[in-house]
Amino acid sequence: MSRTFSLLIGIAISAAAVPTLAQSGNLEVPKSVVAGSAFSIETQGSGQGVLYIVGPGQVLKRDVQLGQPIAIAAGDLDTAGSYLAVLTGGSSTETGEFDVAPATKPASLSFLAKPSRLPVGLQNGISGAVYVFDAFQNLITAPTPVSFQLSIPSESVQSRTVESHLGAAWTEMNSGAKDGNARFVAQAGSISATRVIQQVPGDPCGLKMNAKKVGGEIDLETDPLRDCGGNAVTDGTIVTFTESWKGGQTTVDVPVKHGIAEAAVPAYSGARISVATGVVMGNEIRWGSQ
Amino acid sequence: MGGRLLAVFLCLATVGLVVIGTLWPVPAAAAYAGGNGAFTGSSSTPEEAVNSFANDLSHLAWQKAYSTLNNKGEFTEQDFVRDITGSYPSLRTYATLDNFQVRPLHASDNEAQVELRLRWSTVVGTFLDTRALQVVKSGDRWAPVWPIVKEPHVPPEVIPVTYLRWDVIYRGPADDWGAQDVEAPHVRIVDMHPVERAAGVVVLGELLNEDVVPAYVSVKATLLGKNGSAIATGDSFDKISHLLLPKQVTPFLITFPNVSLSQVDSIHMDPTSSLVAASADPVIEIQNQKLSPAPDAYFTGNLVNQSGQNVSIAHVLGTFYDQSGQLVWVADQYTDRALLPQTPVAFSIPVPEDLARKVSTERAVVATYSPGGFQ
Repeated sequence: MSRTFSLLIGIAISAAAVPTLAQSGNLEVPKSVVAGSAFSIETQGSGQGVLYIVGPGQVLKRDVQLGQPIAIAAGDLDTAGSYLAVLTGGSSTETGEFDVAPATKPASLSFLAKPSRLPVGLQNGISGAVYVFDAFQNLITAPTPVSFQLSIPSESVQSRTVESHLGAAWTEMNSGAKDGNARFVAQAGSISATRVIQQVPGDPCGLKMNAKKVGGEIDLETDPLRDCGGNAVTDGTIVTFTESWKGGQTTVDVPVKHGIAEAAVPAYSGARISVATGVVMGNEIRWGSQ
Repeated sequence: MGGRLLAVFLCLATVGLVVIGTLWPVPAAAAYAGGNGAFTGSSSTPEEAVNSFANDLSHLAWQKAYSTLNNKGEFTEQDFVRDITGSYPSLRTYATLDNFQVRPLHASDNEAQVELRLRWSTVVGTFLDTRALQVVKSGDRWAPVWPIVKEPHVPPEVIPVTYLRWDVIYRGPADDWGAQDVEAPHVRIVDMHPVERAAGVVVLGELLNEDVVPAYVSVKATLLGKNGSAIATGDSFDKISHLLLPKQVTPFLITFPNVSLSQVDSIHMDPTSSLVAASADPVIEIQNQKLSPAPDAYFTGNLVNQSGQNVSIAHVLGTFYDQSGQLVWVADQYTDRALLPQTPVAFSIPVPEDLARKVSTERAVVATYSPGGFQ
């Protein structure tokens, strides 16, 4: 609350000070300081004065002794941006402008990895974007090397190093051939962030069913469903069995359980039975005369 | 002078029509007006007896309706009420009688056949319950014989199921903005086809959930004119199966009334999906699917619930293709009775006559609703 109040006062004072800049002497301030670091401002004259430092999201007010250097302690100015220093004392007002630059050492990363789930075998299907921040959550705009690593169980690690541009670095990776959870790690300096990318099987390949008569029904059962890379299709995937005979049709959508789908349909002599999942067709069986 | 004459004439005509409407109301109007059968309570003819009976149904006066039946000794009042409203929670349970029609089929001195068409109103539209009633003369009164339909009773038992289920943990408010959230399911329109009908343009299509997780889906379409401006926007509303399990396909239909296909230059399709918790059960088998030929084309079949839980409402969506595999039409129907385990329930979906002649193959999908939603 008091910080907000100071900010408002500071903004008001700096706004009032800017028109008088031409009449006043320039305050000797460093051209640039690193966020969170200590520095000092030289002053001239004698007597008491007040120093205001106004910047984006931060305002400092200090009672100072003119003619003595003003020490700004480490951590006092931690928000990067352009600042205005205003020193008032007696009848004069001095101003100076300086920049607070982000620290160069990364302290935290915001890592956006998309998508969190994708099929296996997709070229450049995974994208990762990193924003590099210093210890005070300032975006580090200086080029910073960021390494990306995608490690997939039982596969070689994909890695790339990208230099950040204006605080952001990004890359694209391929999804692997095997399903499972891949670890996607971004690292800048000693700081890293990890995301998990779920690699899921692709469309089923070589969908095949078998049929046998049980009582008055035909029991249909698929072979274990696998994608073209040999990954077991996820349980819950819907498989559609369709039985067509002269004058009628029976269909049933069943979920894959324990890798296979099974259903029972009425037995009709001469019926054609087909199987499909999504847009993938499987084999067809013609049920002979019984 | 002419104006006064016209005013007098209008007053007299109004009074005359009120008197006619009061003395000889149509049954549906009497029912709608809250009549208690005083107008149609007579049973001096077979039609009047059935009218009176239907009127009682519209007022949920089960006891009174039951008491007028000739064959009430064959079943209890509870059986009768269950026949009308369903033994298990279903569309019937929440339906109200919108109107009814009585059509005499045959009559002799002591016996008559009357068709009673009860149109029930529900939140998803109306459904028709048509019963052929025998009406017999008992003394100087006629009494309907109710053709009771007893719903099968499922004996108490425990059915173990090992159903698949998906639960979702979404990102929380405390998560960093860069942190991952669960990915929305990937869905794809695999077919889309605009059709011009008398009522306007209809956009038909099929949507595939190509992901490995369940999806709650919807499809929005925008018709664009020659100059690229939007003519109309609509969505599939309930002409779609909103819950799609992995690799499941649903048809969809979007209607744009009062729009001509000649006005349309292109169509912008916007399928949306979100990840929801869902269960792979119940599994519904659709047996004996048949398309009866035009005219009077119907897509019929039986739904068999292969799971252990009752399904309150089943929504059947029929997809019809021509010989080249092109999508021709999408039609749907809600079942009015609950689907009990292993108990067939018939469905019958009307298909427009002109389109039915083009249909070569058809396919049905079923969406189910039970208390508790998708859980």
